[in-house]
Amino acid sequence: MTFDRAIPARGADATTNDASLAGLRVAITGGTSGLGRALAAAFSEHGARVAILARGAGALQRTQATLPGVHAIAMDVARKEDVYPAALQITGLLGGLDVLVNNASSLGPVPLALLADTECEDLELALRTNVLGPFRLAKALLGALAASARANRGAVVANISSDAAVTPYPTWGAYGASKAALHHLTRIWDEEARELGIRFLSIDPGDMDTPLHALAVPDADPASLKQPEVAAREIVAAIIAALPAPAAADAPRTRDFAWDPA
Amino acid sequence: MMRADCYRFRVEADAPRSRAAHATAALAPARLPVQRPSDARVLVIGAHGELAHHRRADWIDPLGPDDVVVANDAATLPGSLGALHMRTGRDIEVRLAAHAPRARSGEPRFDAVIFGAGDWRTRTEHRAPPPAMLAGDVVRIADVDAFVERCLDHPRLVRLRFGASDAGLWRLLATHGRPVQYAHLAIDLAPWDVWTPIAGRPVAFEPPSAGFVLDWNSLRKLRARGVRFATLSHAAGLSSTGAADLDRRLPLDEPYDIPLPTVQSIRRARARGGRILAVGTTVVRALEHAARVDGTVQAGRGRADQRIGADTELCVVDALLTGTHEPGTSHYEMLRAFADAATLAAATVALATHGYRTHEFGDSMLVMRRA
Repeated sequence: MTFDRAIPARGADATTNDASLAGLRVAITGGTSGLGRALAAAFSEHGARVAILARGAGALQRTQATLPGVHAIAMDVARKEDVYPAALQITGLLGGLDVLVNNASSLGPVPLALLADTECEDLELALRTNVLGPFRLAKALLGALAASARANRGAVVANISSDAAVTPYPTWGAYGASKAALHHLTRIWDEEARELGIRFLSIDPGDMDTPLHALAVPDADPASLKQPEVAAREIVAAIIAALPAPAAADAPRTRDFAWDPA
Repeated sequence: MMRADCYRFRVEADAPRSRAAHATAALAPARLPVQRPSDARVLVIGAHGELAHHRRADWIDPLGPDDVVVANDAATLPGSLGALHMRTGRDIEVRLAAHAPRARSGEPRFDAVIFGAGDWRTRTEHRAPPPAMLAGDVVRIADVDAFVERCLDHPRLVRLRFGASDAGLWRLLATHGRPVQYAHLAIDLAPWDVWTPIAGRPVAFEPPSAGFVLDWNSLRKLRARGVRFATLSHAAGLSSTGAADLDRRLPLDEPYDIPLPTVQSIRRARARGGRILAVGTTVVRALEHAARVDGTVQAGRGRADQRIGADTELCVVDALLTGTHEPGTSHYEMLRAFADAATLAAATVALATHGYRTHEFGDSMLVMRRA
């Protein structure tokens, strides 16, 4: 199921239209694998300026090597202390921000466990990664997003959700409860931030062939799973549909953002 | 003339605090980094010199649909960097002070003030002097070397080229930089303490602290009243260098960027006879620098290099919401463009008598341009 339909009316055209992505400033958490990496590739291939965030320095370097032009920033979204340093690097390197994708997720206990067998610390980790991290990052970057909206560029925060947010699957307790909280948080953000010109989208990409899914369901048949590249195209389309057309922007999105003195 | 004299509050403020205070006493600094203390107050200086005390949270009440509020949306760089002066082996503090043009190599450059050993717990004016800084000196900051390209006609002010890519520079600032700290505060400032709620692009070296008042609910109240809210980005520079002769040169030149929608909102307010209220001295500096003689404002980037004082004729700004500034500072000099000397002297007495707190996290003043 999908909360915000991932295939909007103009979405199909939008992903194939480079102009709608050119110069768009995008930050993606969990950007070194699975859906996050596919999103970074989809955005940057169409001219967006992309920063990926992840915990592992090695994985960041390897991803950056395969995605030229993409900025790599080390952070753990579960750590409060990492949030402002990450926000500083994102807005400093990109000269602002138009799109934040909160994609990094924690399953909670691995292997998945009954709630009765779930350590409290594993639930805490799921909540810090899947709820508090996206909240803190959105809050730290809200000023930059609002500035983008005031310049008629639009602004979107896309929070990656799951059908586990609404269906009570046994053994998915920590993950499902945290994604339910994120989903509801996103809906309230969207109600409140819409008047600022910032849209918050809660997007369920479906079951994908990703490292996270392999951790949760090690024996799943990959052929039965969606490829993350397919989900990434749908999400890019949903984000573009929530942004104003580039022509409406105050300045071209491709404007040079260097802050050298005039 | 704009209707700057029509700034009236609906809600009368609390009675002045009863605690005894001598009118001549210096203002007490706010010691805790709380951006919006519930008891924050604002001294309103009217266009005819009349003074009134109000709760700061009520600053929105007199504004209406013809007015526009302009704020600085710059985020604050953690520009205080512990460093090693390689030629002498001495510990120093590098405080980024201003943006300088990129080197031909593409490497980032800044103008910086150098302090000797010690930290913010010592007031800047008591800090040890740095070793002599010579062109060609290397300053090691964590794993990045910065090069003194030249001294800027003061022993503590240098131009630094960072031997780093943009990504390397931002990583260095994020992992090693700290916000500029203040000796009058009881605790260390964290990065979030110095970002206003609307902070976006990190270009300021000290917080545009008048903007601390702008929580999202106050922006919502502005919208509900039909008041336009607009922003510009202005790279607010250092407020204090610890050297009196260098402090007298403040503010240094500051780049700014004014978006087209902000210019349009100002034009609209003008056309309707509304007021243009600047949140913070940096907004006044940018708007007046970008002003044409007819009071319209040029969109885009500029570099504010002017001083605003008693002789300045303001072309754009009708009112200024700012901190409680004391005589002798460049901020106070700017107030003289809004109000005459007698009014400001009376305001200084009123601030002290009523126990207003000063500095970045203190109380506020709202100054109307004199009628």
